[in-house]
Amino acid sequence: MPDNQAVLLEVKDLKKHFPVNKGIIFTHQVGVVKAVDGISFEVKQGETLGLVGESGCGKSTAGRVILRLLEPSAGDVIFLGVSVPGLPVQELRKIRRTMQMIFQDPYASLNPRMSVGEMIAEPIKIHGLAKGPEVEKRVKELLHVVGLSPQHMGRYPHEFSGGQRQRVGIARALAVEPKLIICDEPVSALDVSIQAQVINLMEDLQAEFGLTYIFIAHDLSVVKHISDRVAVMYLGKIVELARYDELYKNPLHPYTRALLSAIPVPDTRARRERIVLAGDVPSPLNPPPGCRFHTRCSYAKDICCREEPEFRAVQDGHWAACHLN
Amino acid sequence: MGEALLQVRELKTHFFTDLGVIKAVDGVDFSIERGDTLGIVGESGSGKSITALSILRLVPSPPGKIIGGEIVFKGENLLHKPEEEMRKIRGNEISMIFQDPMTSLNPVFQVGAQIAEVIMLHQKKRKREAWDLASEMLHKVGIADPVQRAKEYPHQFSGGMRQRAMIAMALSCSPKLLIADEPTTALDVTIQAQILELMVQLKENYGTAIMLITHDLGVVAELCKKVLVMYAGKPVEYAETDSIFNRPKHPYTLGLLASLPKLDQVGKHRLEPIEGSPPDLNNLPKGCSFVSRCSHKKPECFKFSPFGRYLEPEHYVACHLYN
Repeated sequence: MPDNQAVLLEVKDLKKHFPVNKGIIFTHQVGVVKAVDGISFEVKQGETLGLVGESGCGKSTAGRVILRLLEPSAGDVIFLGVSVPGLPVQELRKIRRTMQMIFQDPYASLNPRMSVGEMIAEPIKIHGLAKGPEVEKRVKELLHVVGLSPQHMGRYPHEFSGGQRQRVGIARALAVEPKLIICDEPVSALDVSIQAQVINLMEDLQAEFGLTYIFIAHDLSVVKHISDRVAVMYLGKIVELARYDELYKNPLHPYTRALLSAIPVPDTRARRERIVLAGDVPSPLNPPPGCRFHTRCSYAKDICCREEPEFRAVQDGHWAACHLN
Repeated sequence: MGEALLQVRELKTHFFTDLGVIKAVDGVDFSIERGDTLGIVGESGSGKSITALSILRLVPSPPGKIIGGEIVFKGENLLHKPEEEMRKIRGNEISMIFQDPMTSLNPVFQVGAQIAEVIMLHQKKRKREAWDLASEMLHKVGIADPVQRAKEYPHQFSGGMRQRAMIAMALSCSPKLLIADEPTTALDVTIQAQILELMVQLKENYGTAIMLITHDLGVVAELCKKVLVMYAGKPVEYAETDSIFNRPKHPYTLGLLASLPKLDQVGKHRLEPIEGSPPDLNNLPKGCSFVSRCSHKKPECFKFSPFGRYLEPEHYVACHLYN
């Protein structure tokens, strides 16, 4: 695993707030959803950073803000030494080539009216990476890389199974030779046996092309499998960040512990103590004061309701935001 | 061991389409005892949901038709019952919860009204009483402030609460059998843990038998006593949960277990996926349906589909390796 590699991406206190407006003609703001509220982390070259959390915790929004598919409200994203939020559109397009995204639902993210060949060729043409017959050669090469055959070029998305469609999505992301790929729940919609194929493919591609992944998912066993480090998000904030084995062996934040204990394990001999969290995730429109987790935390003390815990390195390379540590 | 509450024998549900006959369920056998939990696992398209719908006789017809087999519930074959009587069984003796609670709750009626409707219909209660029972059910499934909540609409509930409301509705007439079709797939792990806990409690308190359809082997290991593994409409393995997880026999079951990332695995290892993809039900290969993906295939696998047999008294496998 790359320990002394250069930092590829640095995210500093990144925020994304969505205003909530009321009224049709005389609109006024009635609130703000703090989808991402101050997250900071680094991703090294060739590393896989896992981002986990429940639905609504802001993990997908974080991915989109990093790529500037959504404009950040505050904070900075430094990719290859360049600050992404301030870039003019022309420059942004150039840098977008090096960062790509794979989406959860491959059926919704592939244009049903374009053949697979056209779809993979499009980014190659836009970025001028190849011309004329070279384009087709490149598309065939990419299809081969993701385990599809060149005959698939003329087919349309509906002719593929879910796993094959996800392969097309991966081929399209690879077409522009990116450095960073943000994968937003890439295997959640797939059957177990197909899921393993796609995960293996992603690992192979990483080794072959030196890719860096940010892997967003809610399935902790998948995230543990693929990631070098894992960040756990809760209501727009990162509550814990550590190496994958450290996080699973020695979770410091009570939320991480609850999340880990909630996973059903496919082993009848492993009976574990389960921490069942009461209630639902609070609304991000009106997050609780102090530590955001205190409403569901069984260790909550007075200080947790008043002061927000600082996100700090508790041990070497193991970060957590909790008053208990 | 109690007597069998539900016995399904040689069930065949086929769909007659323009493209040909699709054998969605093709000869499924299993039984559920009172207070028992059976898990049905398999990939999408393996016929798990159609099996459940067949039991309630809810398969859309045409194109679907149950062409053979028996579904014996409390000693009576449901396939011979007139529609009138089936209506008395659905929601009363056998009830079902679905994967997506938002599409199975009616958005324009209050949650309480939808639960009360079931109670009024099956238990002949007055409206007032039915509403009281409805809020009592909501209380039982762990919804705070049930009287107020009963007056709210589905969109005012969160995903986990909607699923709780569905369970409350399904259990309002104390059914003997609860069919849960992917009840936690759309939910977060922490909410899933709550719902699973709730189902275990209900099973223990009311002795309801549960038939749980899922693709999550973890959920099966935690909740079920027996497991039926299906592939392309056919049962491939059927045994006690313990035997399935510790002594799996069929190459498909073996493959499924090997392809899962393990949480307690130390260090990095490579996943072992099942190569290829599930066959097209419209165009099944000759012989065993799993043959194209199987790593143990023999010449006869391409010729004949395997007969199922019991290797141990409680362990059914359909594979040529064991013949």
